[in-house]
Amino acid sequence: MSNIIKQLSIFVNNEPGRLAHISAVLKECGINMRAFNLAESTEFGILRTIVDNPDTAFEKLREKGIIVKKTDVIGVYLQDTPGALFQAADVLGKASINIEYGYAYTYKDKAIFFIRVDNPEKAVDVIGKAGIRLVSESEI
Amino acid sequence: MYWNPKIECMPVEEMKQLQYEELKSLITKLYETNQFYHDRMESKGVKPEDIKCLEDISKLPFMFKQDLRDNYPTKMFTVPNNQIVRYHVSSGTTGKPTLVGYTENDLGYWTEALARSLTSAGVGPEDTLQVCYGYGLFTGGLGLHYGGEKVGATVLPASTGNSERQIELMMDLGVTAIACTPSYFIHLIDVAKKMGVDFRKDTKVRVAFLGAEPWSESMKKKIEDATGIETFDIYGTSEQAGPMFTDCECHNGIHIPSDIMYVEVIDPETEEVLAPGERGELVVTMLKKEAFPLVRYRIKDMTTILTDPCPCGRTSPRIARITGRADDMLIIRGINVFPSQIEYTLMQIPEVGDQYMIYVTREGALDNLKIQVEIKPDAFSDNMEDMLKLRHKIESALKKYLNIAVTVELKAPGELPRFEGKAKRVIDNRVI
Repeated sequence: MSNIIKQLSIFVNNEPGRLAHISAVLKECGINMRAFNLAESTEFGILRTIVDNPDTAFEKLREKGIIVKKTDVIGVYLQDTPGALFQAADVLGKASINIEYGYAYTYKDKAIFFIRVDNPEKAVDVIGKAGIRLVSESEI
Repeated sequence: MYWNPKIECMPVEEMKQLQYEELKSLITKLYETNQFYHDRMESKGVKPEDIKCLEDISKLPFMFKQDLRDNYPTKMFTVPNNQIVRYHVSSGTTGKPTLVGYTENDLGYWTEALARSLTSAGVGPEDTLQVCYGYGLFTGGLGLHYGGEKVGATVLPASTGNSERQIELMMDLGVTAIACTPSYFIHLIDVAKKMGVDFRKDTKVRVAFLGAEPWSESMKKKIEDATGIETFDIYGTSEQAGPMFTDCECHNGIHIPSDIMYVEVIDPETEEVLAPGERGELVVTMLKKEAFPLVRYRIKDMTTILTDPCPCGRTSPRIARITGRADDMLIIRGINVFPSQIEYTLMQIPEVGDQYMIYVTREGALDNLKIQVEIKPDAFSDNMEDMLKLRHKIESALKKYLNIAVTVELKAPGELPRFEGKAKRVIDNRVI
């Protein structure tokens, strides 16, 4: 059971209708987004999303001519209490692991923090040792 | 007021004889001593003895910018290196720039042409001339500088940039004449306004020599209405020497001193010489240049020759305001930019795909160059910082090559327009 999750990163032009276009392609391909985040510059954006079945989704998007890349991220379960984010971030910081970006997903009492780190294997190891629960690939 | 009344007001027929003599000796010398000109004339089957009158110039072959590029750096030069006293460099179309060499006499005639022009605009020893053209490889700064000194004016070599300081100096030193690009002058007007400076009340600027980029009658009117300054259109490219020629106080075309440059206008398609008054491509022959002669050079500017007498008394022909280009060269903030240079630079960058678009806009007074490029799928990174670095890398490469700041936008493959016929990658939205 792997705790490293494959995220899809998609290049999106920052123009009216471009996100709609990408979403339409995702829909057409029957891809279900579990969580997503959009980082933008002036003229383009990077859509990062956690989907069920990333390998199939990746192939389908590529066939449609969309620029897509698979990126390893990890998902950390956070307790819905003050200080939960600090605990996870602190563990990574002490292990000198840099967080490039992250985004959260909350549903009812569940909160998951998806993060991109410079060393995912080491991150999985230290977070596990600190007793914080990680999302496994099969849970997506 | 004339700088050189004998030449400037010489009867046309007498001048034609002088021009013929100059042309004949130039062609004879080139045919005998320069491989390039020799071969070019041979290939057209023309010999110096075929030139029997001034009109026979139409028998001579053309020269092109490509010739200058093919012979970079000094193969075009017709004097030994120890006679070259200065170089100027302008951007070429791809890869190689254009290098121009000058003998002492070449600099002398360049300055002479400017002295006649400045005098025709009423500039003399009582004036202070602020030169806000770039000093350096570009011909504008040094050209106007020596021209101004020649007529006895006090020259302020302000060069470009630092606009607030330019305006302070203009006021403090009682500047009466200014030389710069029309777009920079409009910028100076805006800056002055912000500083609370009124050109009419707070400065003594009387005349402005504007050029090195295309501008229109409506822009002239706008500038003159805003400042009360009389503007002159200045023309000349580095191949000719630099900025050299202007209109006179009658403002009906740019006077072309006949003893220095012979002008023709041709139909760019048929290459036939057109009559005065007909619009076409300007072809120039420099009659006095020593280091780097030009014979029937296709300068690619579109204009009309005017030969009706000018009330100023000068007998030289005039050319109308340059109204366009016979090629795709863009002039952006006074700098020549060829789309082929942009393409050449982009294609050196491995992350860049095949498609790009060039947009030119004018924001306020300043030209802006924006280039959209499609990136290759492999160049995409999930890391925003990497993407911004890639954008910066492309911007830096273009800036280094074109000498002007460029805004780059990254696009996904397939996003930019595809062209079935002739690609139209340049969108120039400037209203001039």
